[in-house]
Amino acid sequence: MIRLAKQYFADQRDDDLNQIGLGLQRSDVPGHVTGKTAYFADRNFPRMLHLKMVRSPHHHARIRSIDTSEAEKQPGVARILTHKDVPHNVYTILILIQVGPEDEQVLAADKVRWKGEAVVAVLADSERAASEAAAKVKIDYEVLPAVFDMDEALKPGAPIVNEHHGNNYYTYDSGSHRKVRFGDVEKGFSEADHILEQTYFSSPIEHAPTETTGCIAVPEGNDRFTCYTNTQAMFFTLDNTSIILQMPGHKLHFVGGTVGGGFGGKVDVTVEPIAILAAKLTGRPVSFIYSRQEEMQISSPRAAEKIVIKDGVMKDGRLLARQVTGYTDAGAYSRHSPYGAQKGAAHYPGPYTVPNVWIDTYCVYTNRTPSSAMRGFGVTIADFALEVQMDKLARLIGMDPLEFRFINAYRDGDMKAHRQKTEGAALIECMQEASKAADWPVAEKYLKMSSYGEV
Amino acid sequence: MAIRRGRGVAAVNYPTGMNLGGDPSQALVHSTPTGNFMVTLSSVDLGQGLKQVMAQICAETIGVSADLVTIDTADTDTGPHCMGTFASRGTHRIGNAVIQAATEAKQVMLEVAAEELEVNVADLETDGAGNIQVKGAPQMSISIFDTALAAHFKRGRSISGRGMFLIPRSYPETETGAMKPSTCYAHACTVADVEVDDETGEVSVVSVKNVFEIGRALNPRMVEQQLIGGSWMGISHALYETTEPYYPSRDGGGIDFNEYLMPGPGDLAETEIIVLERPSSDGPFGAKGPGEMCANPQIPAVANAIFDAVGVRIDTLPITPERILRALKAQQAA
Repeated sequence: MIRLAKQYFADQRDDDLNQIGLGLQRSDVPGHVTGKTAYFADRNFPRMLHLKMVRSPHHHARIRSIDTSEAEKQPGVARILTHKDVPHNVYTILILIQVGPEDEQVLAADKVRWKGEAVVAVLADSERAASEAAAKVKIDYEVLPAVFDMDEALKPGAPIVNEHHGNNYYTYDSGSHRKVRFGDVEKGFSEADHILEQTYFSSPIEHAPTETTGCIAVPEGNDRFTCYTNTQAMFFTLDNTSIILQMPGHKLHFVGGTVGGGFGGKVDVTVEPIAILAAKLTGRPVSFIYSRQEEMQISSPRAAEKIVIKDGVMKDGRLLARQVTGYTDAGAYSRHSPYGAQKGAAHYPGPYTVPNVWIDTYCVYTNRTPSSAMRGFGVTIADFALEVQMDKLARLIGMDPLEFRFINAYRDGDMKAHRQKTEGAALIECMQEASKAADWPVAEKYLKMSSYGEV
Repeated sequence: MAIRRGRGVAAVNYPTGMNLGGDPSQALVHSTPTGNFMVTLSSVDLGQGLKQVMAQICAETIGVSADLVTIDTADTDTGPHCMGTFASRGTHRIGNAVIQAATEAKQVMLEVAAEELEVNVADLETDGAGNIQVKGAPQMSISIFDTALAAHFKRGRSISGRGMFLIPRSYPETETGAMKPSTCYAHACTVADVEVDDETGEVSVVSVKNVFEIGRALNPRMVEQQLIGGSWMGISHALYETTEPYYPSRDGGGIDFNEYLMPGPGDLAETEIIVLERPSSDGPFGAKGPGEMCANPQIPAVANAIFDAVGVRIDTLPITPERILRALKAQQAA
């Protein structure tokens, strides 16, 4: 089903390598398809405890009290953890690359900010015992007004979702949003033959890996802890765990690297710190594995987004100006979202050369499930919006949608809105090949274009 | 009421690696006494085949076949730091670190071989089949097996190397947004053909023709797997998926694979994958990162094809039958 179109860029490619370019079978595939590959959850340890999380049933509420006395009496219960047990309870994962503030609780102390937020961790001899004890934990909540819509959240007087930010948006060094300014967008609009402004929306989606998020933490008896995990980032998770547990990194040993699908869903550091803390406090191995329900409704989804695109276009097909306002719904906590919204700012105006560009991207807090990284982070929904917009613009000026893209496609040497010169472009050649493969005819002059620029 | 057919196109690009840099990965390479090579990493294989592609990168660099290379990952007690497997960075960042480590190890190996052959190290090359030979005089050669034995037991040399690849951090200028978000970009163009039932609003994707430009395809079979999977994921994203089907109510979200809608094998569109290779200037053997990009162009291509079929625009994902029917109703009322 794959065809390598070797005629393109042959002048830039040395095709006589030995091992590169071979379609060798992956060495781990026989193990995968015969069920012999060991994943973290295939390990079993004597006296292993199972962790079950008690989660908020409310979207936004103050915690008046937490009563674990009944749960502690349940058979098989070894230990119950609350926020008081977590050494550095308020954290944020991007603090490792100096992106703060710390804004999220490992276990909720005074407030919950989304339905599903972790409040109490129950450790018991079996999953069933842990679940039954979790049901006996009594938490008294005072329900607070919640906000689920980014426009509502940004209105004056909206309930503040996360006090650590003070506003319902992330504050960048550039202010309430990340900015890109290139050329004079208003001049571009005034000179354009047509203006088109459209708004695009998306829903959160689930990563849906085959293997759910989880880990097993084992005390090694020498004050070190081994954590078998399916994280996508070993040291990122280890270093964040070290901060949350206030435990020097040399006490932590992470083993992983065999994962049943990630898609960005396993970079949030949600299971390892609490499992290792539990292993430390009980002296027993601890397994914390998300149920499928938790994977689908508790683990971070892709953010919901709202994207407003305003374009000025000429009758001959040239894009003169593009203004984009992007909103990323982080949910209640930052996780990776400030980074994702910023990545969006760098992505616009898409793979096209537009002389006048104005980009604002916002990372907005609501009482929805915290969103985070996912395959195509900051770009996937942007591409949906941009490419539907391109289709609308082409039809607006009565031009073939593919030819319209050729006219605006970026080429080597073109200056991008974020002020980097285009290098290694290949959009034109992809469209040329698509035109042929899909039998979508375009004028001969477009088939003669090249990403190498004007020659 | 009828089944109506339409087609749509979309073209995209995608940045390789962590946005704005600050994006390091390391690798260590060493030879065993019999000339097998171990690559030690802390990088995570998510199932996409990272280990296999690293084995091929190491093998190409040293000049051996990939089955002599073992990838040891991901143990934080032994493997050097890797930022992680995300942001389409694995092949590019880790691959570059492996090349650097393997190049250093190869240099030691050639030095030992030069001593064994009593020739100048600059005159030596690997033949890609397990031997080191004098350039232009292949009869003067020594096997890598014998070279490794000599290094271990006779010459006291460690055939090993260290690799580090870092894209330094770039900070966006606050008022203009001037920044260096990425090093290289992958590209794609997808044409989707759909059928829309204007009575039920149901969409079936008849075919997707995906053209991807991914830098060099290091292992075309793994590229194929990833690109087909990505294409499926894009279609799923366009038409089916949401964790909040009743939004703004948060209730009723799917909690398992019965409730959370995704297309099954029977819904898989006829999928064509065409790969263009424009080598990146800074990637391992010219590779870029296609892992994320490949799931993006199908979404707008399908949306545009639906408009082409029935003349309504659905600007909210996912494009459900309900949304299409409501739009058709509004269209008829207008």
